[in-house]
Amino acid sequence: MKKSSASKRLPAKSNKRDFWRLRLYIAGQTPNSIAALVNLKKICKDELRGKYRIEVVDLLKKPQLAKGDQIVAIPTLVRRLPPPVKKIIGNLSKTESVVVGLDLQPVR
Amino acid sequence: MPRAKPKVVHRSLAKAPTGIQGLDEVAGGGLPKGRVTLVCGGAGSGKSLLAMEFLVHGAVRYGEPGVCMDFEETEAKLAANVASLGFDLRELTKRKKLLVDYVSVERSQSAESGEYNLEGLFIRLAHAVKTIKAKRVVLDSIEALFSGLTDSTLLRAELRRLFQWLEDHKLTAVVTGEAGERTLTRHGLEEYVADCVIALDHRVTEQISTRRLRIVKYRGTSHGTDEYPFLIDREGISVVPITSLALAHKASTGRVSTGISALDGMMAGKGFFRGSSVLVTGTAGTGKSTLAASFANATCARGEVCLYFAFEESPSQILRNMGSVGIALEPWVKRRLLHFHAMRPTSIGLEGHLAAIHKMVARLRPTVVIVDPITNLVSTSGIYGAKSMLMRLVDFLKVEQITSMFTSLTFAGDPQERTAAAVSSLMDTWIVLRDSKPNGRPRRELHFLKSRGMAHSREVRELTVSGHGIELRIVPRGHAPVARLSQAQVQPRQRSSKAGHPDRTSSTA
Repeated sequence: MKKSSASKRLPAKSNKRDFWRLRLYIAGQTPNSIAALVNLKKICKDELRGKYRIEVVDLLKKPQLAKGDQIVAIPTLVRRLPPPVKKIIGNLSKTESVVVGLDLQPVR
Repeated sequence: MPRAKPKVVHRSLAKAPTGIQGLDEVAGGGLPKGRVTLVCGGAGSGKSLLAMEFLVHGAVRYGEPGVCMDFEETEAKLAANVASLGFDLRELTKRKKLLVDYVSVERSQSAESGEYNLEGLFIRLAHAVKTIKAKRVVLDSIEALFSGLTDSTLLRAELRRLFQWLEDHKLTAVVTGEAGERTLTRHGLEEYVADCVIALDHRVTEQISTRRLRIVKYRGTSHGTDEYPFLIDREGISVVPITSLALAHKASTGRVSTGISALDGMMAGKGFFRGSSVLVTGTAGTGKSTLAASFANATCARGEVCLYFAFEESPSQILRNMGSVGIALEPWVKRRLLHFHAMRPTSIGLEGHLAAIHKMVARLRPTVVIVDPITNLVSTSGIYGAKSMLMRLVDFLKVEQITSMFTSLTFAGDPQERTAAAVSSLMDTWIVLRDSKPNGRPRRELHFLKSRGMAHSREVRELTVSGHGIELRIVPRGHAPVARLSQAQVQPRQRSSKAGHPDRTSSTA
């Protein structure tokens, strides 16, 4: 179902429970896409303290990737790790709903 | 968009045929090419099937590859659903004629935070269209988006953009929508679709289901506006137009014997026209079925195939009863010339009966079809439904040059009962049987109420059923109760009324 390439690139020694693998789907450099990335970076920096990786997928360049994660809305953020997969759509301007939606328990 | 060469073009709307039997006929050739058509209806009304048939026929018959964005079923499930219709989606997908993309918008799996749009959907659609060079698109059912996403204002704007995108890319699209309570679709999709809207309906009247299709609007095209009953069976959807748009069947001059020489004698000794429709009405016990059986007997005796739909009696009962009046039908059954098809009128809806009749006619190729009686069909589905069904049936049989005989029970004291009056316009020949008691002596009488296009006797005959079948005797003059203009007499009068036409005035002098 899911693209396996992402998990293959996972650092071998990382513990799945405390490593966050996030993928942000955008379509070109639209204001919402740019805002989403900025917002995401800030939230991750505040909440995940370096135990994360953000991958940005531009569907204008790789349209075939939209199907795998069932992307309909843009921007969409997908939490690929830790399981289960979770999605948040929008420019992530509402920090609270991102934290809740991704179930970001601060790693402390 | 400015064009280089401005010129006035009187083009008729280009059509994309659906390949669905009957639908293209009532839609004037097909759906509007390069436009969006909305197909709406309740759950189980057949809208997804219609959409898939449009897509598969497009790919297979009309060289137009198609993309299906399915919001409800996964690729595998959809393939399994349509496999029963003989569509091999996997094969079509492999040959790049078809591409199914299952789009899942589960609200439970996603949250929202801030602004977004549906560019992801656009990109997927565009990618799919490009991959197989699609000309047709199905979105089934795009309303699922409304349950998956919260911002309905944004959704509406995006849908408008999506439909515009489809038109800009010259894609012929079918969009399905769930029927709403007061509106055609639950989320008002009809507001965005300007060109063609088709409504499907599946209603159950007195426990009998009938499916109906109606073209609500079709810009720039004359289309049938009736509700057309349609069938869904192993071969998919078939819409059978109530009235064929063109009465194009060839009228035969060949004649077929009724099996009763005296009755043939009333029609210049030749019998019915081949391919004509005959109505036999009468009160209970006047010999309608016996007349029908005589006709069946004569048909099989010529070595032709007769198909007998019995809605009242079982085949063995008919065989026994007819045997007792000297009409031996059993040998014909054994020689596979006479085929009975008995069922309760209430067992399935009219559409089912029509489907059954179509199928059996296609398989057995009869020259004569008998329906005995139609009265029971009327009782289960109302006069309108029965009339439209019979009209389609009569049309169909005429095109196939099959002579048809329908019996109908009337009630004493009400000889031109409403049923008969309603369907009689479909019939070329109308034979009336009735009980009569002139001078206190009861007898059965037979007379022709009409018989189009042929000389026929309008006298009343006394009908007797003996061990040798039906016999007719001339009734002494003075007792004939019926004097009615036959069709043949009416027509010349109509013609002369048209004589006021300038070209014709000289001839009327």
